[in-house]
Amino acid sequence: MRIPRDAILPSLFALVLALGVLLPLLMMVTISLNPNEQDIMVSMGSIRSFIPQVFSLQNYIEVWTDPVHPFGRYLANTALITFSTLILSILFNSMAAFVLAQGTLAIRKPVMILILATLAVPGESLVLPQLMMAGWLGQIDSYQVQIVPGVANAMSIFLFYQFFSRLPKELIEAARIDGFSFFQIYRHVAMPLSKPVISAIAVLQFLEIWNAYLWPVMVTRGPEYRPLSVAMSAYFGTNQAAWGNIMAFAVSMAVPVILFFLILQRQFIASVMSSGVKG
Amino acid sequence: MADVVFTAVQKRYGAVEIIPGLDLTIPDGSFTVLVGPSGCGKSTLLRMIAGLEEVSGGSIHIGGEDVTTRDPSQRGIAMVFQSYALYPHMSVADNIGFGLKLSDMPKAEIATRVQDAADTLQLTHLLDRKPKQLSGGQRQRVAIGRAIVRKPKVFLFDEPLSNLDAALRAQMRVELAELHSRIGATMVYVTHDQVEAMTMADRIVVLKDGHIEQAGAPMELYRKPATPFVAGFIGSPKMNFITGEEARKLGGDTVGIRPEHLRITADAQWQVTVRHVEHLGSETLIYVTSDSLGPLTIKTEGDIGIDPGQQVRVGYDSADLHRFKSGARAEVYT
Repeated sequence: MRIPRDAILPSLFALVLALGVLLPLLMMVTISLNPNEQDIMVSMGSIRSFIPQVFSLQNYIEVWTDPVHPFGRYLANTALITFSTLILSILFNSMAAFVLAQGTLAIRKPVMILILATLAVPGESLVLPQLMMAGWLGQIDSYQVQIVPGVANAMSIFLFYQFFSRLPKELIEAARIDGFSFFQIYRHVAMPLSKPVISAIAVLQFLEIWNAYLWPVMVTRGPEYRPLSVAMSAYFGTNQAAWGNIMAFAVSMAVPVILFFLILQRQFIASVMSSGVKG
Repeated sequence: MADVVFTAVQKRYGAVEIIPGLDLTIPDGSFTVLVGPSGCGKSTLLRMIAGLEEVSGGSIHIGGEDVTTRDPSQRGIAMVFQSYALYPHMSVADNIGFGLKLSDMPKAEIATRVQDAADTLQLTHLLDRKPKQLSGGQRQRVAIGRAIVRKPKVFLFDEPLSNLDAALRAQMRVELAELHSRIGATMVYVTHDQVEAMTMADRIVVLKDGHIEQAGAPMELYRKPATPFVAGFIGSPKMNFITGEEARKLGGDTVGIRPEHLRITADAQWQVTVRHVEHLGSETLIYVTSDSLGPLTIKTEGDIGIDPGQQVRVGYDSADLHRFKSGARAEVYT
């Protein structure tokens, strides 16, 4: 295949970017397949750490069957927290956005501006007051303390708001004449049409929640409610870091994210493309 | 009875008055066309009947019931929009029947109504398709189907044919007129196209700046326009207007004569110069001008051999003149 002359520079740029993203992943997979810790240490930093020499699942088996760090439990916790947050987030944020975009409330604009203003507040600055509130409510070390604070999401409301504001006025009016209530318009017209936005929000939030570390580490005390991200840090606490196990853990943790993205990628890209075209 | 009665209806957007106060009765079972230029308030009137636009003053009654503050779905109306406004994610069958589903109608009854509407509009073979798989005309038929199944007292059409090409528009005009005679319900139709108004309506309401210029049967408006505005708006090509000294000689401030009522004959009253000729096959449009009359358009049947620059004489029947004084029709008794 011949590359047109004016595409050479962009292609090179894309190649460098792709290598920057893919090489660490390749290194992660290569190390995870190597059961020999000494060999890993020796090969680290050389080209060998990117090219798998051995294909062993020993590190994976060790990680998955470790009785001290129950991987299955962590995975189940993470999945439960992530999907619960995601479902509630899409439900509540879309409802809020629909009211703001299509409702008749006089203070819609100021409320939207207030919500957008919260985007400027760094999440970390809210952690301490949230921790105190969770303590007062007696919710430390539970699933709900990891789910509820992540439900309201300003970016998610904004993306839904953008989409709902652009719904054709006549479509909403036709539904009103057909006898749809405000909620029924949301449920039967707006939501079925917003699949690309739901996909985009799901992918973005899935990553954010799946990989969340700061909040879970503050509000969980043991393996019962702990997610994968926090559990992995336990491997770094030992005197000698077991890189093979750490990388096997990291790969096991990354696979669901990659799968989730692959499932939703078509809708996600469609959403990003359309927001690019329509502003 | 499903007449629509406007009583002193007003519409304001802040300080801007769109409709200053309007009284109108749309008779039960009529096909009434609201027509007028952009911004005359015709769509606003229709949307006020539908309940999509609040009324700033006055009241609206449908079939004797005051619906001024009722929800759109409680008024016994159905509306067909210019953009069709079909639900893109639903099949044709669901688009037509979903409103009924929400009203808890039994499934069998919904299926019968959807089937009946589909049969009436020749949509039966398209019931499983999505709107994006349909042509413009088919989409508009689905929108009409969605209106029919609700069995409304009043059908509202907001420029429903504007997005269709000329051939399809002509076909849909006939279909809508047939639908009206079959169903017999009151239909209110908004358009800016006077051809649609003339061909479909049994009653035309000509609007200008939020007030009614004239309301009546199409041929009544054509034959006896009440104002120069109606005279110019109804009829294609547009009526010729003569003003100044020539008009005064003919008995008005402004005198109108339709292009089809002017004829070229050797012994006619006016001498004019031909500017341009349009041969349309079955008819010819001749654009002429003279110093005393200004520009005129003449419509003649058939294809006549005449060239730009030629001098011709143009005549008329005095009975075909429309005389206006102070902006209103001046009746002439002879």
